[in-house]
Amino acid sequence: MSILWIQNGRVIDPANNRDAVGDIYAVDGKIVDHLTPDQQQQAQVINAAGLVVCPGLVDVHVHLREPGQTHKEDIRSGSRAAAAGGFTTIVCMPNTSPVADNSGTIERIRNSAKVNSIVHLYPTGTLTVGMNGEALAPIGSLKQAKVVAVTDDGKCVQNNELMRRAVEYSHMLGLVVMDHCQDATLTKGASMNEGEWSMRLGLTGWPAAAEDIIIARNIVLSETTGAHIHMQHVSTKGGVELIREAKKRGVRVSGEAMPHHAYFTDEACKDYNTNFKMNPPLRTAEDREAVIEGVIDGALEIIATDHAPHTDYEKDCEFDKAPFGVIGMETALATCLEVWLHSNRLDLPTLLQRLTEQPAKLLGLPAGTLSTGAVADICIFDPNERWTVDPMKFQSKSINCPWNGLTLRGRVKHTICAGRPIWDGERILEADA
Amino acid sequence: MSTPTTWRYKDLTSIERLTREEIETVHHYAAQFKKSLDRSQKKLPTLRGKTVINLFIEPSTRTRVAFEIAAKRLSADVTTIEEAASSLVKGESLRDTAEVIQALNADLIVIRHRSAGSADYLGKLLDIPVINAGDGAHEHPTQALLDTFTMKERLGSLEGRKVVILGDILFSRVARSNIWALKKLGAHVTLCGPATLVPEGFRSMGCEINYNLRAALADADVVMLLRIQHERQASTHFPSVGEYKALYSLNEERASWLKPNAIIMHPGPVNRGVEIDSALADSPQSVILEQVTNGIVTRMATLFLCLTKANELRNAQAAPQQ
Repeated sequence: MSILWIQNGRVIDPANNRDAVGDIYAVDGKIVDHLTPDQQQQAQVINAAGLVVCPGLVDVHVHLREPGQTHKEDIRSGSRAAAAGGFTTIVCMPNTSPVADNSGTIERIRNSAKVNSIVHLYPTGTLTVGMNGEALAPIGSLKQAKVVAVTDDGKCVQNNELMRRAVEYSHMLGLVVMDHCQDATLTKGASMNEGEWSMRLGLTGWPAAAEDIIIARNIVLSETTGAHIHMQHVSTKGGVELIREAKKRGVRVSGEAMPHHAYFTDEACKDYNTNFKMNPPLRTAEDREAVIEGVIDGALEIIATDHAPHTDYEKDCEFDKAPFGVIGMETALATCLEVWLHSNRLDLPTLLQRLTEQPAKLLGLPAGTLSTGAVADICIFDPNERWTVDPMKFQSKSINCPWNGLTLRGRVKHTICAGRPIWDGERILEADA
Repeated sequence: MSTPTTWRYKDLTSIERLTREEIETVHHYAAQFKKSLDRSQKKLPTLRGKTVINLFIEPSTRTRVAFEIAAKRLSADVTTIEEAASSLVKGESLRDTAEVIQALNADLIVIRHRSAGSADYLGKLLDIPVINAGDGAHEHPTQALLDTFTMKERLGSLEGRKVVILGDILFSRVARSNIWALKKLGAHVTLCGPATLVPEGFRSMGCEINYNLRAALADADVVMLLRIQHERQASTHFPSVGEYKALYSLNEERASWLKPNAIIMHPGPVNRGVEIDSALADSPQSVILEQVTNGIVTRMATLFLCLTKANELRNAQAAPQQ
């Protein structure tokens, strides 16, 4: 029997409107509301005085690169990066090699996760065969193989008729469609946001309209089919406004914000540092503000990382030739605290709701709460501890981190997955150790 | 001229980073070197024993040859590497290629590359100076230096002068570098061309934008034509070459809207009959070939400054602390 007693932390459980100093107990991987005197004797005690205790964070948007690109990351390293960032549940994208467009590949990911992952890992499947945007993937078989959503993330289905069918079909199966909103005709050769900085730097610009057009399309498709479409990594002011307005009308859409879009602007690209190259790109100060506001008022009710590892040698090249993407799981909580909490823009319970309850709810995952009987996934952090980001110390295999060298406030001190401590603030706690 | 030498950087990768004094320093040395062009013995011993590598990962005639001649006039040894003849076609990275060149004991790299920022990238990577000979649509600093040098030769000070840059601004590194240089030298810059090629964003660099050619050219001291880069624009940026000609090609009549002693410039290569009437390109108003000649002396000046400055930096590092 494993027994955990977390004492005197500020317990914040947005799903239960709980925000008070108190204790949390877990027995055999489940949250319980008290311990017997006997259990108290045997319990492993964590003193959380001065710390925040919340549900383990949930990230519905990560790239683990397994199978096929395990030189960048794999399920073992990716799940450890999650643990170090306070995440206990992650949802991996299907743009692996081969792409996860069939139940066999999903099975392979799930099997590897059983052996290698130290957090709960859920796979997604593709919308279209090969992510080529030409024919529907076997979404029913993918569902049977236990994907939690379908997405062509990294690409966007350009054919509106096909997208409509994909949405209808997924809706029938009860699967959320997550969409990477990008009109590819507007982004040929583009490597950063279109605006003053792309003009100065001589880089081909990626207009905000490329994102807004697809968000608008998806809103229309959601409205006509009744299906839930989730907009991934929303980065534009126009996109946030479209989603906010659609929600007011009752359209079943949701939106996701990324810490990097809330933290940086396209000016960060001015030294051609490829660690600031991502898809969608960093936008203007106005867009950044809209993303921050969107999270505050719930237009974007979910924060996810789009953790996208690439090796140093792949990123070490000319800006326009570098791959898109940055890692983010090990810096997410601290950057969110900087952007929303320490600037007094948002209270901590609401911010944590965007990182726990909402993402779990989006995909119906058994996570994101400290309710009695729930799986004991817990994150314990110090919201004020300052630390300087050094990607060389990360659990991720890759170091393509835009926060490199910056000092952030907010440090994960313990991560507990199904009642088992897996991160102690310094290192990963292996099961056999 | 008694301009004091001001030069802060190991590399020359952009005009944006230079001060007015640094631009004038280049002009000063270019003028000195230009005097040597008339001698029967054109070669100067200034860079004897130095090795300059021209790394040209994109086709070029005048820039590449001008750098070669400039290096040779200063007695440097020069080797040109072109993409097709380099290990880049075998998949070698730019970093590795550049590090190999440095390890081969080169003293300076001149790089022309399709990627914006590539010269900055090499400059940070290498200990030896890097001169940008054009990086994508970002900058072409030596072109702006030779252009402003040419303008000053013809017009004197550029303070308060009106310079019109006409054509494809969006894809043009020449435009960007010239805008930076001209603004620093006190000129007024007006951009003109189809709206698809002259984005509003350029106003943030302190330029005026006018889509009407007549209004743009009125009272201009200089009109700088840019090549219409068919290869980059597919078919979406303007309807046809014919339509471009109808709206924006410079001909005798339109040239008359300029100031009487105004000059016509073009960084080349010229599409005769597209950007400009052939006869006008050869007229006394045109300084297109002077630009080419000045390309040699300006590049001599930049090679000289980057190499001597790099030496000073090295010597300063080697010197014992006082």
